[in-house]
Amino acid sequence: MSLAEDIKQIQSKQDKKILLMTHIVLGYPSFEVNRGVVRQMVENGVDLIEMQIPFSEPMADGPVIVKANQDALENGTTVAQCLEFAAEITETYDIPFLFMTYYNILFKYGEEDFFKKAKKINIKGLIVPDMPPEEGETYFSRARKYELAPIMIFAPTSTNARMKNLAGYGDGFIYCVARKGVTGTQTSFDDEFNNYIGRCRQATDLPLAVGFGISAREDVDYLIGKADIAVIGTKTIKLVEKKGVDSVGLFIKGLRR
Amino acid sequence: MSNKGYFGQWGGAFIPEVLFETFQELKEAFAEARQDEQFWREYVNLMSTYSCRPTPLTFAENLTRHFGGARIYIKREDLNHTGAHKANNVMGQGMLVKRMGKKRVIAETGAGQHGVATATMAAKFGFECTIYMGEEDIMRQRPNVFWMEKLGATVVTVTSGTRTLKDAINEAFRDWVTRMDDTHYVLGTVCGPHPFPEMVAWFQSIIGQEANRQIQEQFGALPDRVYACVGGGSNAMGIFQGFLDHPEVELVGVEAGGRGLDSGRHASRLAGTDGSAGVAQGYKTMFLQNDEGQMQDTHSVAAGLDYVGVSPILADLWEKGRVRFEAATDEEVMAALDLTMKKEGLIPALESSHAFVQAFKEVGDIETDKAVIINMSGRGDKDIFTIAHAFDDPSWKEFIIAKGDEYVAR
Repeated sequence: MSLAEDIKQIQSKQDKKILLMTHIVLGYPSFEVNRGVVRQMVENGVDLIEMQIPFSEPMADGPVIVKANQDALENGTTVAQCLEFAAEITETYDIPFLFMTYYNILFKYGEEDFFKKAKKINIKGLIVPDMPPEEGETYFSRARKYELAPIMIFAPTSTNARMKNLAGYGDGFIYCVARKGVTGTQTSFDDEFNNYIGRCRQATDLPLAVGFGISAREDVDYLIGKADIAVIGTKTIKLVEKKGVDSVGLFIKGLRR
Repeated sequence: MSNKGYFGQWGGAFIPEVLFETFQELKEAFAEARQDEQFWREYVNLMSTYSCRPTPLTFAENLTRHFGGARIYIKREDLNHTGAHKANNVMGQGMLVKRMGKKRVIAETGAGQHGVATATMAAKFGFECTIYMGEEDIMRQRPNVFWMEKLGATVVTVTSGTRTLKDAINEAFRDWVTRMDDTHYVLGTVCGPHPFPEMVAWFQSIIGQEANRQIQEQFGALPDRVYACVGGGSNAMGIFQGFLDHPEVELVGVEAGGRGLDSGRHASRLAGTDGSAGVAQGYKTMFLQNDEGQMQDTHSVAAGLDYVGVSPILADLWEKGRVRFEAATDEEVMAALDLTMKKEGLIPALESSHAFVQAFKEVGDIETDKAVIINMSGRGDKDIFTIAHAFDDPSWKEFIIAKGDEYVAR
């Protein structure tokens, strides 16, 4: 089943006003902790999870995720281990999982081989922030060939025409970056944001996921009716750092009424 | 070059969506400036009144005699204001920033030369300025930090990754994605996403234009070979462009060999066999990375050459066989620097000294009626702490210890 169908099914079967997508950095602080965090997330109702394969130059990420990438690599995390872990996780849990990473990881693995492998281990989509459509002739044709959703990113700086163009390449959902800047800083949800999310809605029929700076139930509440998926990224990484794996479940549970 | 910024298979613009419009705007501004002959005239005028252009081409008579081969000419980019060819790019981009109506500039810096040049430009044009510099480079190049701050810039210490140039570039991009509306990122070299390689190469082409004219005036013919050091590759692209259309002129790029190409402690992406194709920092080129695409730690005595990637334009010229790439070790660099000081009274920067190394290896075997040009991209007196340390100079150490005691006593 494609990611778009997965999402439709989750939306129709369960009476959820908004879906939750969470994020982990593979190998940070360890695969053992990743395992525990994913279990807590799934058991407490997370609908989708993006698993970041660490990269040495995470240009679009903020300090918390940059440090997580760096520490994961210093711990000796390899792409091969990440793929092995992902296979185990998709086997264990029945929700859609996506990979988030930077293009060089695919490029060095071999683009075709990477898509083939990701498909084989039942990954549903890819989020690659440094892969714009202009560079992605083979990337997007392979995504179609292997039926992996290439998640397109909208930003507040994207024009309406640009959004329409981007949406044409995307599948699964659109990742709407809530504000300028990198991951992990609070977003203020104001008129400017409402106007932006309205423009996103106009540009595509795909579900909208909103990420960057979403950390509390108020943020998730605010997005109900405006977006389809709320993305929690940096917040759970900080939480695990401060309060350990067992704090994740309660936090996730508290995000939706 | 293609309209997407490819040179052969290298280059491109692998940028996050949030910067897409900013790059559109930059590409347009650059294309307009390039069409506008008045812009280039203004640029040349600015460089001849604020900096020291045209920089001289110096005949190195004593070195020529010493090696007994081709005549050695040295292109004196060290005589630019702020002491290196970096000024060419920075002043050009400053003029572009004015055209775009932006008020703030940011830059990465490795050796600190590009940071000082950008801070200087910002002071002259009245821009707010923030410089990103790796913690390790700050330790190596403290005097440049002092000057940047005195020139009114904010210097941000970068502690992520390997704490060197590539990490400073990542931080500068993170700043830019937050404040693209009023800010221009003055990238310091012929790397990064399109249009930076092409744009920086254009501003630096002034070196090659002058050198081509000067060598014909002084020597009466084109040189046999042109040598330039290659970190990102901006000084090399600058001088090479003056001779690219002349296949009889051999172009030689010299990378940082660090402790030796077999040591794994170097920054040679094209010389040697450690580099491989990759995509990072917004562009495709040859990187020093592992099998899974993680960038490796690089090493060079010269902070300005200590970088994982290389210009996509140079990667293309390397692939096509137009530019030959060699590497110079830290040890060879110190010897070449020493010889140049003693024989000619010139103090090349550690970066530039790499080009001298390769020329010195070859020049004795070239006929005496031929000439070579070495691009002296910067001056070395700004490296006094690093050079004194590398020479392990006893009287300098005494001075530093005494100075330290003096500050402690206060």
